[in-house]
Amino acid sequence: MNSQDKRIPQTAPLQSATFSNPINAEIRRAAATGIYDIRGGGAKRRVPHFDDLLFLGASISRYPLEGYREKCDTRVTLGTRFARKPIELDIPITIAGMSFGALSAEAKEALGRGASAAGTSTTTGDGGMTPEERGHSTKLVYQYLPSRYGMNPDDLRRADAIEVVVGQGAKPGGGGMLLGKKISDRVAEMRTLPKGIDQRSACRHPDWTGPDDLEIKILELREITGWQVPIYVKVGGTRPYYDTALAVKAGADVVVLDGMQGGTAATQDVFIEHVGLPTLACIRPAVRALQDLGMHREVQLVVSGGIRTGADVAKALALGADAVSIGTAAMVALGDNDPKWEAEYQKLGTTTGAYDDWHEGLDPAGITTQDPSLSARLDPIEGGRRLRNYLKVMTLEAQTIARACGHNHLHNLEPEDLCAVTMEAAAMAQVPLAGTDWYPGKPGTGY
Amino acid sequence: MQSIDLATQSLRDLNATLQAQKNQTNATEWEVLNPRGAHAIAVGLDAPIEVTVRGSTGYYCAGMNKQAQVHVTGSAGPGVAENMMSGTVIIDGDASQYAGATGHGGLLVIRGNAASRCGISMKGIDIVVQGNIGHMSAFMGQAGNLVVCGDAGDALGDSLYEARIFVRGTVKSLGADCVEKEMRPEHLEILRDLLARAGVDAQPEEFRRYGSARKLYNFDIDNAAAY
Repeated sequence: MNSQDKRIPQTAPLQSATFSNPINAEIRRAAATGIYDIRGGGAKRRVPHFDDLLFLGASISRYPLEGYREKCDTRVTLGTRFARKPIELDIPITIAGMSFGALSAEAKEALGRGASAAGTSTTTGDGGMTPEERGHSTKLVYQYLPSRYGMNPDDLRRADAIEVVVGQGAKPGGGGMLLGKKISDRVAEMRTLPKGIDQRSACRHPDWTGPDDLEIKILELREITGWQVPIYVKVGGTRPYYDTALAVKAGADVVVLDGMQGGTAATQDVFIEHVGLPTLACIRPAVRALQDLGMHREVQLVVSGGIRTGADVAKALALGADAVSIGTAAMVALGDNDPKWEAEYQKLGTTTGAYDDWHEGLDPAGITTQDPSLSARLDPIEGGRRLRNYLKVMTLEAQTIARACGHNHLHNLEPEDLCAVTMEAAAMAQVPLAGTDWYPGKPGTGY
Repeated sequence: MQSIDLATQSLRDLNATLQAQKNQTNATEWEVLNPRGAHAIAVGLDAPIEVTVRGSTGYYCAGMNKQAQVHVTGSAGPGVAENMMSGTVIIDGDASQYAGATGHGGLLVIRGNAASRCGISMKGIDIVVQGNIGHMSAFMGQAGNLVVCGDAGDALGDSLYEARIFVRGTVKSLGADCVEKEMRPEHLEILRDLLARAGVDAQPEEFRRYGSARKLYNFDIDNAAAY
């Protein structure tokens, strides 16, 4: 068509769905820099999620509990299998592992304060345990990671639980990287590395490979800690049935299963967006593994990756999890991506809600930074209060739903309380498509 | 000398008893009989006691050791003295893979050979191997010294940070970013002290020193082929 002939109606400019503006921008960025994009957070792509599920609520066949008067318990005990001192939590929402280094000391303190006030646990991260974090966390889970940065038997014995990290949802099969620009003197000392260099966290443990070795590693950790505290095994969502079964076989008290929406401090964007399973797809296979082994509720299942609301909590529990864990949502509660920093986000070439260059240490909210002038913006006491409030609201929301479904404990939620609004979600969650009694792959249906 | 026989007592009894020893204990000498390759023997110790394991051990013997001297008269399985903080661990025989992995301090002496990944991610431990070591030893080594009186296998010191490596024999190949470095007087002194503490009859001048070229410390796309 002659585009110069103004008498003829013109075709509208059509953007390519394949070569979209964001894709083209990434091609140009790669061509200019010669390096892949690194960022924080979890998968941003649209994947089937808890939003695709609905609760059915009570009806003639089920009666509800009075929303403001009848009790709906939220307590959960983690680590009942072998540990002499299981962790007892008031709510089934825990704080996921995030390192001092990736996060400021103020942010770690705020997480500890908020979690403790809400009656739940928080978790260390790569880089070891700080005294502030231990001091402000009533219940602290100590991560045992491939890097072993800061690992020592004294902190191991100070922990309320140990989490052997095999993988995480944002990058199953990948290690981590704390870029040199975030390495303060204190972070460098804790990790026994020079200041200013990129600190690589290895993708697999240095002294064991495979489930048989893991069983022996767990034995060693139990012997060092006198069989007192629970030992969790955290895996990224890839093969949830087999990984859960193998973790149980290796002797785990708790399995932590992290889907691809789970965040990271810094990883290649291509890894975050293209490796792993959506959280929703992980839960039922993991529960089935536990059930097949006769270990459902004996070995507790903690699910993480994209948990944002009490509805998400209730849905994860209804699908068989014992508890959930939050990371990104906790950071948002502290102030991450808050619109009040919009002018500064603009200076960094981004905008509220999209800021994910957590690895650069320039966080206007003072959370993912080691710059004292930035980290001072986060008041740990106020941050802790905000996190407590958020955890309380999530709990109230989950209780509201559970009562509406007729349950007096969050753990009594069940798959039969759910339906799905998409075929994909129905298949992954193995609950009926809304208005039907069928889901793809349902046994006996021939599909 | 106090004696614990693993033929009749449990691993839990052994470790609980040894871990209960305090700095001022009078029971400073212990022996472990019939280890028979058991895992996690004498782990998490934190007192200046001497423990002799009469035989060979499985995985993680003397793991996370502090202060104690643990002496294995046989050979040791994978991960001996892993994440050791201080003290001394001596293996009369050979050590399997990951010996001294992630160790933060103390001295590990292996009279025989060490398998692959000896000193992986070491963070301050000193390791002296009288025999040879396997491939990928001192991988990502951060701090401390690895002394090899025999030969070293492939990819020695791959992705090394600040750990020092001394080898008397041959090196089959160096890993990414690991290079031979000048042996200066201060290094000879470090080596002389380590050999003396390990009870090894060798001259520091017979060794060559290897360390990090520090070219991979900050990511650079032009170095991507090195990984």
